[in-house]
Amino acid sequence: MPTVPLEYGMLLAAAVTLVGLTGVLVRRNLLLLLMSLELMLNGAAMAFIVAGAKWGQADGQVMFLFVLAVTATETGIALALMLRFHHHLRTLDADRGGQAEPPGGTKG
Amino acid sequence: MDTAFYIAGIIAIISAVAVITRRHAVHALLYLTVTLLALAVAMYALGAHLAAALEVIVYAGAVLVLFVFVIMMLDVRAASRPYGVRLSRPGTWLGPLLLAAGLLAEMIYVLWASPEPAPPIQTVGAKQVGMALFGPYLVGVELASMILLAGLVAAYHLARRSMGASPVDPAETHDRQGHNGRDREKED
Repeated sequence: MPTVPLEYGMLLAAAVTLVGLTGVLVRRNLLLLLMSLELMLNGAAMAFIVAGAKWGQADGQVMFLFVLAVTATETGIALALMLRFHHHLRTLDADRGGQAEPPGGTKG
Repeated sequence: MDTAFYIAGIIAIISAVAVITRRHAVHALLYLTVTLLALAVAMYALGAHLAAALEVIVYAGAVLVLFVFVIMMLDVRAASRPYGVRLSRPGTWLGPLLLAAGLLAEMIYVLWASPEPAPPIQTVGAKQVGMALFGPYLVGVELASMILLAGLVAAYHLARRSMGASPVDPAETHDRQGHNGRDREKED
Protein backbone atom coordinates (compact mmCIF):
# COMPACT_ATOMS: atom_id res chain seq x y z
CA MET A 1 0.00 0.00 0.00
CA PRO A 2 1.68 3.24 -1.09
CA THR A 3 1.86 5.97 1.51
CA VAL A 4 3.02 8.91 -0.60
CA PRO A 5 1.74 12.13 1.01
CA LEU A 6 -0.75 14.13 -1.03
CA GLU A 7 1.59 17.12 -0.94
CA TYR A 8 4.35 15.39 -2.87
CA GLY A 9 2.00 14.19 -5.58
CA MET A 10 0.58 17.68 -5.94
CA LEU A 11 4.10 19.08 -5.89
CA LEU A 12 5.05 16.84 -8.82
CA ALA A 13 1.94 17.91 -10.74
CA ALA A 14 2.61 21.58 -10.02
CA ALA A 15 6.28 21.26 -11.00
CA VAL A 16 5.48 19.64 -14.35
CA THR A 17 2.77 22.25 -15.02
CA LEU A 18 5.11 25.12 -14.11
CA VAL A 19 7.89 23.78 -16.33
CA GLY A 20 5.37 23.55 -19.17
CA LEU A 21 4.16 27.09 -18.48
CA THR A 22 7.73 28.36 -18.58
CA GLY A 23 8.16 26.63 -21.92
CA VAL A 24 5.00 28.24 -23.30
CA LEU A 25 6.19 31.67 -22.17
CA VAL A 26 9.78 31.34 -23.36
CA ARG A 27 9.85 29.19 -26.49
CA ARG A 28 8.76 30.76 -29.78
CA ASN A 29 8.96 27.67 -31.95
CA LEU A 30 5.38 26.49 -32.47
CA LEU A 31 6.32 22.82 -32.23
CA LEU A 32 8.09 23.25 -28.89
CA LEU A 33 5.25 25.49 -27.73
CA LEU A 34 2.85 22.61 -28.34
CA MET A 35 5.12 20.21 -26.47
CA SER A 36 5.16 22.58 -23.49
CA LEU A 37 1.36 22.66 -23.68
CA GLU A 38 1.37 18.86 -23.49
CA LEU A 39 3.50 19.10 -20.36
CA MET A 40 1.01 21.50 -18.76
CA LEU A 41 -1.93 19.24 -19.55
CA ASN A 42 -0.04 16.24 -18.18
CA GLY A 43 0.62 18.10 -14.95
CA ALA A 44 -3.09 18.86 -14.62
CA ALA A 45 -3.96 15.21 -15.34
CA MET A 46 -1.44 14.10 -12.72
CA ALA A 47 -3.16 16.31 -10.14
CA PHE A 48 -6.46 14.54 -10.89
CA ILE A 49 -4.81 11.14 -10.47
CA VAL A 50 -3.17 12.10 -7.18
CA ALA A 51 -6.41 13.45 -5.74
CA GLY A 52 -8.35 10.41 -6.93
CA ALA A 53 -5.82 8.03 -5.41
CA LYS A 54 -5.80 9.95 -2.15
CA TRP A 55 -9.50 9.60 -1.53
CA GLY A 56 -9.85 6.19 -3.18
CA GLN A 57 -12.41 7.46 -5.68
CA ALA A 58 -12.62 6.58 -9.36
CA ASP A 59 -13.55 10.17 -10.32
CA GLY A 60 -9.91 11.19 -10.59
CA GLN A 61 -9.20 8.62 -13.27
CA VAL A 62 -12.48 9.43 -15.04
CA MET A 63 -11.38 13.06 -15.24
CA PHE A 64 -7.99 11.86 -16.47
CA LEU A 65 -9.76 10.07 -19.33
CA PHE A 66 -11.59 13.27 -20.25
CA VAL A 67 -8.35 15.24 -20.15
CA LEU A 68 -6.88 12.57 -22.43
CA ALA A 69 -9.70 12.98 -24.96
CA VAL A 70 -9.42 16.77 -24.92
CA THR A 71 -5.63 16.61 -25.29
CA ALA A 72 -5.82 14.23 -28.24
CA THR A 73 -8.32 16.53 -29.97
CA GLU A 74 -6.29 19.62 -29.19
CA THR A 75 -3.07 18.08 -30.49
CA GLY A 76 -4.66 16.95 -33.73
CA ILE A 77 -6.19 20.34 -34.47
CA ALA A 78 -3.11 22.27 -33.35
CA LEU A 79 -0.77 20.23 -35.51
CA ALA A 80 -3.07 20.66 -38.52
CA LEU A 81 -3.14 24.42 -37.87
CA MET A 82 0.63 24.39 -37.55
CA LEU A 83 1.02 22.70 -40.93
CA ARG A 84 -1.22 25.38 -42.44
CA PHE A 85 0.80 28.11 -40.69
CA HIS A 86 4.00 26.66 -42.10
CA HIS A 87 2.55 26.40 -45.61
CA HIS A 88 1.49 30.04 -45.58
CA LEU A 89 4.41 31.71 -43.83
CA ARG A 90 7.29 29.26 -44.34
CA THR A 91 8.18 29.61 -40.68
CA LEU A 92 7.21 28.19 -37.29
CA ASP A 93 7.84 31.43 -35.41
CA ALA A 94 4.79 31.97 -33.19
CA ASP A 95 5.31 35.74 -33.21
CA ARG A 96 4.98 35.92 -36.99
CA GLY A 97 1.34 34.85 -36.87
CA GLY A 98 0.08 38.40 -36.29
CA GLN A 99 1.90 39.64 -39.37
CA ALA A 100 0.30 37.09 -41.67
CA GLU A 101 -1.12 38.48 -44.87
CA PRO A 102 -4.58 37.22 -45.76
CA PRO A 103 -4.63 34.51 -48.42
CA GLY A 104 -4.61 36.13 -51.85
CA GLY A 105 -4.21 39.62 -50.37
CA THR A 106 -1.27 42.01 -50.62
CA LYS A 107 1.08 42.92 -47.85
CA GLY A 108 0.07 46.25 -46.31
CA MET B 1 6.16 1.64 -4.19
CA ASP B 2 6.97 4.93 -2.50
CA THR B 3 10.53 4.88 -3.77
CA ALA B 4 9.26 4.20 -7.30
CA PHE B 5 7.06 7.29 -7.06
CA TYR B 6 9.88 9.54 -5.86
CA ILE B 7 12.38 8.31 -8.47
CA ALA B 8 9.81 8.61 -11.27
CA GLY B 9 8.85 12.08 -10.09
CA ILE B 10 12.43 13.32 -10.11
CA ILE B 11 13.01 11.81 -13.57
CA ALA B 12 9.78 13.44 -14.81
CA ILE B 13 10.82 16.91 -13.60
CA ILE B 14 14.37 16.63 -14.98
CA SER B 15 13.19 15.46 -18.39
CA ALA B 16 10.45 18.11 -18.43
CA VAL B 17 13.12 20.78 -17.96
CA ALA B 18 15.09 19.13 -20.77
CA VAL B 19 12.02 19.32 -23.07
CA ILE B 20 11.85 23.10 -22.88
CA THR B 21 15.61 23.65 -23.13
CA ARG B 22 16.51 21.42 -26.10
CA ARG B 23 17.18 23.16 -29.37
CA HIS B 24 16.45 20.22 -31.64
CA ALA B 25 12.75 19.33 -31.91
CA VAL B 26 13.36 15.59 -32.10
CA HIS B 27 15.53 15.64 -28.97
CA ALA B 28 12.80 17.56 -27.13
CA LEU B 29 10.31 14.95 -28.33
CA LEU B 30 12.43 12.14 -26.91
CA TYR B 31 12.61 13.90 -23.54
CA LEU B 32 8.85 14.44 -23.68
CA THR B 33 8.43 10.69 -24.14
CA VAL B 34 10.59 10.07 -21.08
CA THR B 35 8.51 12.58 -19.10
CA LEU B 36 5.28 10.84 -20.03
CA LEU B 37 6.67 7.41 -19.21
CA ALA B 38 7.93 8.66 -15.85
CA LEU B 39 4.52 10.16 -15.09
CA ALA B 40 2.96 6.82 -16.02
CA VAL B 41 5.26 5.08 -13.52
CA ALA B 42 4.27 7.64 -10.88
CA MET B 43 0.59 6.98 -11.60
CA TYR B 44 1.17 3.25 -11.31
CA ALA B 45 2.91 3.74 -7.99
CA LEU B 46 -0.13 5.71 -6.82
CA GLY B 47 -2.40 2.77 -7.59
CA ALA B 48 -3.98 4.23 -10.74
CA HIS B 49 -3.17 1.31 -13.00
CA LEU B 50 -5.66 2.04 -15.77
CA ALA B 51 -4.51 5.65 -16.04
CA ALA B 52 -0.87 4.55 -16.21
CA ALA B 53 -1.60 2.14 -19.05
CA LEU B 54 -3.60 4.76 -20.94
CA GLU B 55 -0.86 7.34 -20.43
CA VAL B 56 1.59 5.02 -22.19
CA ILE B 57 -0.81 3.90 -24.92
CA VAL B 58 -2.51 7.18 -25.79
CA TYR B 59 0.13 9.79 -24.95
CA ALA B 60 3.43 8.08 -25.58
CA GLY B 61 1.91 5.88 -28.27
CA ALA B 62 -0.49 8.00 -30.28
CA VAL B 63 0.05 11.69 -29.54
CA LEU B 64 3.83 11.57 -29.83
CA VAL B 65 3.64 9.58 -33.06
CA LEU B 66 1.49 12.44 -34.37
CA PHE B 67 4.29 14.84 -33.43
CA VAL B 68 6.83 12.65 -35.22
CA PHE B 69 4.64 12.64 -38.34
CA VAL B 70 4.43 16.43 -38.35
CA ILE B 71 8.18 16.82 -37.84
CA MET B 72 8.68 14.49 -40.80
CA MET B 73 6.25 16.50 -42.95
CA LEU B 74 7.94 19.76 -42.04
CA ASP B 75 11.58 20.45 -42.62
CA VAL B 76 13.45 19.15 -39.58
CA ARG B 77 15.72 22.19 -39.64
CA ALA B 78 12.75 24.55 -39.75
CA ALA B 79 11.10 22.64 -36.92
CA SER B 80 14.22 22.99 -34.78
CA ARG B 81 14.96 26.67 -35.29
CA PRO B 82 14.70 28.41 -31.91
CA TYR B 83 13.45 31.79 -33.35
CA GLY B 84 15.02 33.56 -30.40
CA VAL B 85 13.82 33.75 -26.85
CA ARG B 86 11.80 36.89 -26.31
CA LEU B 87 9.97 37.81 -23.14
CA SER B 88 7.56 40.71 -23.26
CA ARG B 89 8.08 43.78 -21.07
CA PRO B 90 7.70 43.18 -17.31
CA GLY B 91 4.78 45.62 -17.20
CA THR B 92 2.62 43.23 -19.17
CA TRP B 93 3.07 40.16 -17.01
CA LEU B 94 4.01 41.48 -13.58
CA GLY B 95 0.44 42.12 -12.43
CA PRO B 96 -0.96 38.70 -13.39
CA LEU B 97 2.16 37.08 -11.93
CA LEU B 98 1.69 38.73 -8.54
CA LEU B 99 -2.00 37.86 -8.43
CA ALA B 100 -1.31 34.25 -9.44
CA ALA B 101 1.42 34.04 -6.78
CA GLY B 102 -1.20 35.00 -4.21
CA LEU B 103 -3.41 32.14 -5.37
CA LEU B 104 -0.44 29.76 -5.28
CA ALA B 105 0.43 30.75 -1.72
CA GLU B 106 -3.18 30.17 -0.74
CA MET B 107 -3.18 26.70 -2.32
CA ILE B 108 0.10 25.74 -0.62
CA TYR B 109 -1.30 26.90 2.71
CA VAL B 110 -4.48 24.86 2.25
CA LEU B 111 -2.53 21.75 1.24
CA TRP B 112 0.02 21.88 4.00
CA ALA B 113 -2.14 23.09 6.85
CA SER B 114 -5.06 20.73 6.30
CA PRO B 115 -6.58 20.07 9.73
CA GLU B 116 -7.11 16.31 9.39
CA PRO B 117 -4.66 13.78 7.97
CA ALA B 118 -6.10 12.14 4.88
CA PRO B 119 -6.26 8.32 4.72
CA PRO B 120 -3.43 6.42 2.98
CA ILE B 121 -3.53 6.07 -0.78
CA GLN B 122 -5.86 3.41 -2.13
CA THR B 123 -5.67 1.47 -5.34
CA VAL B 124 -8.49 2.33 -7.76
CA GLY B 125 -9.04 -0.55 -10.16
CA ALA B 126 -10.13 -0.47 -13.78
CA LYS B 127 -13.51 -1.96 -12.86
CA GLN B 128 -14.26 0.86 -10.45
CA VAL B 129 -13.31 3.42 -13.10
CA GLY B 130 -15.48 1.71 -15.70
CA MET B 131 -18.47 1.63 -13.36
CA ALA B 132 -18.09 5.36 -12.68
CA LEU B 133 -17.47 6.15 -16.34
CA PHE B 134 -20.61 4.44 -17.62
CA GLY B 135 -22.71 5.30 -14.58
CA PRO B 136 -22.77 8.90 -13.40
CA TYR B 137 -20.36 10.13 -16.09
CA LEU B 138 -22.18 8.72 -19.14
CA VAL B 139 -22.98 12.20 -20.46
CA GLY B 140 -19.29 13.06 -20.22
CA VAL B 141 -18.39 10.01 -22.29
CA GLU B 142 -20.87 11.08 -24.97
CA LEU B 143 -19.43 14.60 -24.94
CA ALA B 144 -15.90 13.18 -25.24
CA SER B 145 -16.94 11.17 -28.28
CA MET B 146 -18.45 14.31 -29.82
CA ILE B 147 -15.34 16.39 -29.19
CA LEU B 148 -13.20 13.66 -30.75
CA LEU B 149 -15.44 13.63 -33.82
CA ALA B 150 -15.29 17.42 -34.02
CA GLY B 151 -11.50 17.27 -33.73
CA LEU B 152 -11.33 14.71 -36.52
CA VAL B 153 -13.44 16.86 -38.86
CA ALA B 154 -11.52 20.03 -37.98
CA ALA B 155 -8.10 18.43 -38.42
CA TYR B 156 -9.12 16.99 -41.78
CA HIS B 157 -10.50 20.31 -42.93
CA LEU B 158 -7.48 22.32 -41.78
CA ALA B 159 -4.85 19.94 -43.12
CA ARG B 160 -6.31 19.91 -46.64
CA ARG B 161 -4.10 21.66 -49.13
CA SER B 162 -6.80 22.80 -51.52
CA MET B 163 -8.02 25.57 -49.23
CA GLY B 164 -6.86 29.16 -49.70
CA ALA B 165 -3.87 30.29 -51.72
CA SER B 166 -1.10 28.33 -50.10
CA PRO B 167 2.01 27.88 -52.19
CA VAL B 168 1.56 24.34 -53.42
CA ASP B 169 3.50 22.44 -56.00
CA PRO B 170 1.16 22.06 -59.04
CA ALA B 171 2.20 18.45 -59.64
CA GLU B 172 1.38 17.64 -56.05
CA THR B 173 -2.03 19.30 -56.33
CA HIS B 174 -2.81 17.25 -59.39
CA ASP B 175 -1.76 14.17 -57.50
CA ARG B 176 -4.10 14.87 -54.63
CA GLN B 177 -7.05 15.86 -56.79
CA GLY B 178 -8.31 12.30 -56.72
CA HIS B 179 -8.76 12.60 -52.99
CA ASN B 180 -10.10 16.11 -52.75
CA GLY B 181 -11.84 16.62 -56.08
CA ARG B 182 -15.31 16.04 -54.76
CA ASP B 183 -14.90 18.36 -51.80
CA ARG B 184 -13.51 21.05 -54.02
CA GLU B 185 -16.49 20.90 -56.34
CA LYS B 186 -18.74 21.34 -53.38
CA GLU B 187 -16.77 24.38 -52.27
CA ASP B 188 -16.93 26.01 -55.68
